Parts: sequence; structure tokens; C-alpha cells
Amino acid sequence: MPTATAPPFVPAREAADLVPNLTGLACRECGEVEEVGLSHVCGFCFGPLEVVYDTDAISAVVSRERIEAGPPSLWRYGDLLPTLSSDPSHRVDLQTGLTPLRPAPRLAERLGLSELWLKDDTVNPSGSFKDRVVTVALSAGRALGIETFACASTGNLGNSVSAHAAAIGAPAYVFIPADLETGKVLGSAVHGPNLVTVRGNYDDVNRLCAEVADDTGWGFVNVNLRTYYAEGSKTIGFEIAEQLGWRFPDHVVAPIASGAMMVKIDKAFRELASYGLVDGDLPRVSGGQATGCSPVAEAFARGSFDVRPQKPDTIARSLAIGNPADGYYALKVADRTGGAIGHVPDDEIIAGIRLLAETEGVFAETAGGVTVANLKRMVEAGTIGRDERTVAVISGNGYKTVEAIADDVGPSFEVSPSLDDFLAQLS
Amino acid sequence: MPTVRIPTPLRKLTDGESQVAVAGSDLRTVVGNLGDAHPGLRERILDDSGELRRFVNVFVRDEDIRFQDGLDTPVAEDDTVSIVPAVAGGA
Ligand SMILES: Cc1ncc(COP(=O)(O)O)c(C=O)c1O
Ligand SMILES: [Zn+2]
Repeated sequence: MPTATAPPFVPAREAADLVPNLTGLACRECGEVEEVGLSHVCGFCFGPLEVVYDTDAISAVVSRERIEAGPPSLWRYGDLLPTLSSDPSHRVDLQTGLTPLRPAPRLAERLGLSELWLKDDTVNPSGSFKDRVVTVALSAGRALGIETFACASTGNLGNSVSAHAAAIGAPAYVFIPADLETGKVLGSAVHGPNLVTVRGNYDDVNRLCAEVADDTGWGFVNVNLRTYYAEGSKTIGFEIAEQLGWRFPDHVVAPIASGAMMVKIDKAFRELASYGLVDGDLPRVSGGQATGCSPVAEAFARGSFDVRPQKPDTIARSLAIGNPADGYYALKVADRTGGAIGHVPDDEIIAGIRLLAETEGVFAETAGGVTVANLKRMVEAGTIGRDERTVAVISGNGYKTVEAIADDVGPSFEVSPSLDDFLAQLS
Repeated sequence: MPTVRIPTPLRKLTDGESQVAVAGSDLRTVVGNLGDAHPGLRERILDDSGELRRFVNVFVRDEDIRFQDGLDTPVAEDDTVSIVPAVAGGA
């Protein structure tokens, strides 16, 4: 018997009466406070704005029991996310999150770790962790009365914005580099957005979108909605801790493009500790890049917080951001938690995809290969102790980037439909 | 004269103008003249030591000046200079 009920669909023509669990937006650098709205940059120093939660109100309600009784999606952590409206019709939700935290004993053994877990975000609705940030950004955007959504994307974000916008019938503009992988291009196009291919790399796309956002008033999830959007990645950290039985792991390894995800995973752990939801030592948080786009790893190696932009050249297209907005903060997280930020060449990325698929049955896109290959190097180098309870964030689905492995894997036999032929080849 | 594109957070200082024409044949001079014409702007773009602030990206001819000559990047008469907040994008 079907028992599901759908929330009423109410087109967001007007801004909701905002009932936010936020008190404002504050600049991370200079502390200037602004009202909750469509704003992401400090009007004073250009620093990033961050949401400021009404922590007293949240403390009064949040509990493990309340979270566990919530929906089987990332919205079980709604108290800890920027929620601008209590009207359920403003929530844009494809049931993202609460993805499996898989034990990975075979991969652990190959890497020489005693305990390894995979946060498997390949199974989100559009096949990457980007659904986490998009559900939060679009929900906030609708509460703010936004009708048209947009993004600058290395591929996965475009897929997710396209899917979510389609699900609410909202127009979308998705800007991507013109030469992305076919799966990434078609994975957006199929949902019917206005797909804009830009002759340039992601950093060109990003700069164009910053200017388009200024001009149009569209809700760019990673530009003028970025303050809300970025908070969605915290749910990776929340889920890891809940799925470990409300315990922290010792070490988390995440891929880095802009650096936002890594920064927010760390923030999640600190919030869980501050609300008394999890005790114990905070995890070390490390990041991985591809050598062909490694501005954050390069600064880490220099012992500097000054990220020098690069011109990306790597098969890890999803991570090919040469001028990462949160690179500075990712370096701060690695520094504060005792983590590291490394990089690996393209052949190791392919080997990482294969190793993960062959040992654990999880098929990741290139970003997952980057994570596994960096994890391997960090264990070999002793950066990650063999006894650390480690979690690798596998952030995107391998079917999106089949090009990466097309030269390396393929059929073992080609036979006619005849038993004799097959047995002959088998021997 | 070169055109400078002004992002939203700075338009309060340019009477709401999104583009202003400013003389100068290198970026440092352009920013200096911009600051003279619109008091307060220079401080938003440069820090106390006269370097670009951490969260400001500047593009001349659509190319990040960190791939060019920084504040010494030459600017031609019909060039466009874009000032873009660094945290704009995500992925
Ligand atoms: C699959 C995948 N993993 C990781 C990332 C990195 O995310 P961030 O930009 O938050 O560092 C991206 C960014 O596009 C991605 O697509
Ligand atoms: Zn500020």
C-alpha cells in the first residue's frame, strides 16, 4: 500500500514571512553583520558572509532523539541548517543525504589501515554530494522569493541544480566549461535547464557568473546564495558522526575543489561538540587534490595560507578550480586539526577509482579517485596513522566520468553465443 | 579611457554606477584614480600596505591579474577592468 504523501506544491511567487533560525549574516573576517537576504560578500571588506545561528533557540530543541526521529534525509538536521521558512512548501527536497557509511575492510587492508569507512555520496539523487548544498540553497532561495536559479559548475553542481529546479518547475541557468565530460553535460541537459557552455575553464565560468549574478538577480546557488548553500555540506559531518553511533572518527579525508566541503565537514564536528551531541576529540580533517590542479596542496606544502591560483590541467574535472574561494579556510582547517592537504597525478586517480571499485564495489567519479589516491599516499607517508578510525568521503558517481577509465578497463572476453566458443576461450 | 566594472557591494561608493571610466595605463594608477574619484573605494580594494586585499580578485581583459603583472598590469584605453569578490564561486 502506498503511504507516501506529497507536500502541497505552492509556487514561490512571493517571499515567505521569514521565520529563520538565524539572527543574521556575519563577515568571517571583520564581523560586520548583515540581515538575512540574498547576499554573500561583506559589503565592507569583501570577506565571505556566514550564517549566524540563533544558538539559544537551537540548543533548546536539538537532541539526538529529535534528529533520529526526523526524516531519512539530510533534513533530519534541519535545526542545524539555515532554515528561512517553516512553510514546508518552501523546502526543495529530492530526499538527499543519509547516504551509506560503508565499512571498507578490503580497501583498508590494501591501504594498511585498521579501520576505514566510506561516506558514499555516489548514491545521492543526482549522483553527487552537491545535492546536499543544492537542497539547502534552493529551499533558502524560495523562502527569499527567488524564481530563477543558476550556478557556475564543474559539472556535478549543474546536474544537481538542473534536477532540483526541474522538480519544482523553476527556470534554471547552468553555466559550465564547454569541454566537460559527456555525462556531466547531458546529466544537466536532460532536466531541461538553460545550459550555458562557456569557452573557458571553471574559473572563467565563475567570474562570468559573479558578474551575471550582479546583473540579473537570479539565485546563483554558489554565488549570492552561497552563504546558505555551503552549510549543506555540514551534513556529511553530521551523518558520519551519527552513523558511527554518535562518535567522531579520528580522521576524515575529503576532496578539495573550492575547499568549501572540507571546511564545512570540520564545522559540523565542532557544532556537534558545542551542542553536546557528540563528545570526544575532534577529528583531524585532511584534503586531497589532483596534481594538475593543486593550488591548496601547493600552499600547504609551502607552509603558507596564501593560495596562488593555477590553470587546471587534470582528468579530475569536478575538482578543477584553479582559484579556490575557500582554499584559505581549508588550509586553516588542516592546520588547526592536524590534517594534511596532498595531491596526486592523474594515473593515480585512475588507479584509485579502480582500487575502490575492485575492493569495495563502489564506483566513484574522478573526485573519488582523488580521495582514495590521496588517502593511500597519506597512509604510506605516515600522515594518517594505521590505527586511526578513518572516513573517506566519496563524493560523486563513477557513471558520470566513464571517460577516465575507458582506456584502462573493458570486457575480458568477446564470444559468439555458443557454449563451445565460451569454454574454449575460458581455458 | 579604461572601463572599471564595479560589483554590487561597492556600488554604494559609485552612486550606484556599475561601470565607471577611469584614466590610467596600469592597474595601480587606475585604482588610484578610482579612489580619488570615489572616496573610500581604494581602501576596499587595497590593504594598508597597498596590496590587493585577500578577498578581492581583479581581472584585466578577463584575465586574473595574478596571471599577469599584478598591480603593474598594463591597461589600455579600451580595456575593461573587473573587480570581483573572491568568494563568489563554489564549484
Ligand atoms: C564530486 C565532487 N567532489 C568534491 C567537490 C569539491 O567540492 P568543494 O568545491 O566544496 O571543495 C566537487 C566540486 O565540484 C565535486 O563535484
Ligand atoms: Zn568584512
